[in-house]
Amino acid sequence: MPEMVNLKINDISVSVEAGSTILDAAKKANIKIPTLCHHEDLCIAGNCRVCVVEQKGVNALKASCATPAEENMEIFTNTNKVREARKTIIGLLLSEHNNDCLHCYKNGNCELQSMAKDYLVDSDKYISILKNYEIDRSSPSIIKDDSKCIRCQRCVRTCAELQDVNALAVSGKGSEMKISTFMEKPMDYVVCTNCGQCVTHCPTGALVEKNYIDEVWDVLNDPSKHVVVQTAPAVRVGLGEAVGLDAGKSYTGKMVTALKMLGFDAVFDTNFSADLTILEEGTELLTRLKDKIENKKDVALPQFTSCSPGWIKYIEHEFPDILDYLSTCKSPQQMLGPLAKTYYAKSMGIDPKDMVVVSIMPCTAKKFEANRPEMYSSGYKDVDYVITTREFGRMIQQAGIDFETLKDSECDSILGKHTGAGVIFGATGGVMEAALRTAYEIITGREVPFSNLEVTPVRGLEGVKEATIKIEGCKAEWKFLENVELKVAVAHGLSNARPLAAQVQNGESPYHFIEIMACPGGCIAGGGQPMPVNNNIRKKRTEAIYNEDESLQLRKSHENPEVKRIYEDFLEKPLGHKSHELLHTTYTKRKKY
Amino acid sequence: MTEINIVKDAVKKHGRKRESLMPVLQEIVKQENYLSEERLMEIAKEFDLSSAEVYGVATFYSFLPVKPMGENVIKVCQTIVCDMKGKEAVLDAIKDKLNIVPGQTSADGKFSLMAVNCIGQCSNAPAMLVNDKPYINLTYENVVKIIDEYQS
Ligand code: SF4
Ligand code: SF4
Ligand code: SF4
Ligand code: FES
Ligand code: FES
Repeated sequence: MPEMVNLKINDISVSVEAGSTILDAAKKANIKIPTLCHHEDLCIAGNCRVCVVEQKGVNALKASCATPAEENMEIFTNTNKVREARKTIIGLLLSEHNNDCLHCYKNGNCELQSMAKDYLVDSDKYISILKNYEIDRSSPSIIKDDSKCIRCQRCVRTCAELQDVNALAVSGKGSEMKISTFMEKPMDYVVCTNCGQCVTHCPTGALVEKNYIDEVWDVLNDPSKHVVVQTAPAVRVGLGEAVGLDAGKSYTGKMVTALKMLGFDAVFDTNFSADLTILEEGTELLTRLKDKIENKKDVALPQFTSCSPGWIKYIEHEFPDILDYLSTCKSPQQMLGPLAKTYYAKSMGIDPKDMVVVSIMPCTAKKFEANRPEMYSSGYKDVDYVITTREFGRMIQQAGIDFETLKDSECDSILGKHTGAGVIFGATGGVMEAALRTAYEIITGREVPFSNLEVTPVRGLEGVKEATIKIEGCKAEWKFLENVELKVAVAHGLSNARPLAAQVQNGESPYHFIEIMACPGGCIAGGGQPMPVNNNIRKKRTEAIYNEDESLQLRKSHENPEVKRIYEDFLEKPLGHKSHELLHTTYTKRKKY
Repeated sequence: MTEINIVKDAVKKHGRKRESLMPVLQEIVKQENYLSEERLMEIAKEFDLSSAEVYGVATFYSFLPVKPMGENVIKVCQTIVCDMKGKEAVLDAIKDKLNIVPGQTSADGKFSLMAVNCIGQCSNAPAMLVNDKPYINLTYENVVKIIDEYQS
């Protein structure tokens, strides 16, 4: 039994584990204390002070997020003194803030705004000392506007603790203090993965995604364009929140209906190309294993997954010497793009120059990825616009669609069918699980040896997960794998990826296959998903993903009928000539400092 | 390349643990009078920190400039005692003589002016440092004289 501490908050008795803060105790007693710099994913900063509370017998107010709960404490969260202090703090924050809510991207979803609303700060109590800042729009993924920054440092801690990139730092001090990149350089220039975790952890409009909503409306309204759309696996489990519904439900059918109502000419599913990825990437892994074990060749193993463009940019910067270990597969978004502009275009008799591919992604790094020079393999820009789940939610609202009441519809052929394996790509461990479901069956002819196909060791929110699967009863052509213990690892959040990559760099990795997703929890909590985000929400979205998988008839990528068909009609075989041209890519060494 | 060695030498002297970062930064400023972009990146590499982190540390201290400095660096104390006892007159004298305000370098590259925090001379305020040599009990007139000395 953990040691417990008993205290009273607003005369309500509550007991919490030793080491908990007053804020934790208040939560347990269902008492809400406002916070700004606090975020449960991050270490305690205690710098904003809006969470102050009064302790009986103590004169100075305490920051509840940074003060441990103690035995017999009597805390009051709603005294005049507390309210006045909070008002002063919010007022001072607003005095150096660009209070332009009506034009702000975060209008209606801003923690500072909602606090100002609750506390009714007198508008002319403090004169404005807002400085002149230039908005940094250099990155294709993120906009940084220091005039909206309250210097809570959630972004700095996110980039350091969750991502271990440290692209953002606190510079200067006192009134000169701000959040800076190296030498105040544009975001596009510095070592940044575009993961957008700083965006989902920023309480204000200081860090937001670069939005392409108007561009997408423009092409939808252009009759000369054939506009197709694809939605990533995680979008359907985040979209509800983006239109004001509760977390934890998947809305595939309604999502497709909404897309048709917005005017897309064809609605495809990135789940389809996730299934396709499994065949390409699985075959690539088996080929590497064969070369290594049977042909005794010097090949790069373990193989890293390559579907997370934040991870790709990270390894390009931080571990430029081990890029050979990455699967050469493009991410599912970038597989679907060129297939739409070749295979689908041909089947419809559409000139690809009149086609526009829009991606809806839980991710800000995919905006960067779509602009990489490698991503023109159809002869055109393979994916024209990438918008996040949040931007999609906004388009639904702009269109006046009552999302909750929509009927279900299905994606269009011939890039729309998917299996449960494609769906689970959205959660950490999902790519690994999908790959194992298919690879094991290719090798042995039998299903992966886990009940109900659920490879549970790679599921869940633990930072690094491992599994070992002994391969037995191989088919003749895979005999070299007989009795091999296949070792796999899964990491999410780049700070968890670092030790696995370092092992590979040092030639010490015990694994054969490693899945990395840049965002903690995987794409379900990607930088483009609705806010707020925390582990409770991550769990709900993950559950929705696995429920969707379980509800589907087909749960193995190789059983996807449209995947089978594209190999018959177009691609011929995994890793074939056409695949190489359209579905595989190369990587670029980038600077580390 | 001799250039890279200045960082490497400093690291050899002070070590590459996190707590050696400050002495290394100071060492480079001593030798080159500011921290250039290249030096900050070299230091980041030596310490295995991100360059943004090193930049953040440097900008916290007014004694670790990240912009090139003039031949002579004047640091005027801006903290409360000096502020009350006549810091403005000091700044006025410098402005009149050199046409620079804190943060600027004179057109001829001879002088840079910085406003810094307490330099421990409060009992003799207002105070300033020129190339780390302290000058105390300043007035408009004696600041003019001090600058004259450095100009000659
Ligand atoms: S960041 Fe928040 S408070 Fe500031 S302008 Fe935007 S919505 Fe308003
Ligand atoms: S950018 Fe956002 S998260 Fe970062 S310090 Fe400013 S307000 Fe906080
Ligand atoms: S996008 Fe990711 S890597 Fe870039 S600054 Fe934000 S958290 Fe750091
Ligand atoms: S939330 Fe407690 S100090 Fe900021
Ligand atoms: S206040 Fe100026 S030296 Fe201390």
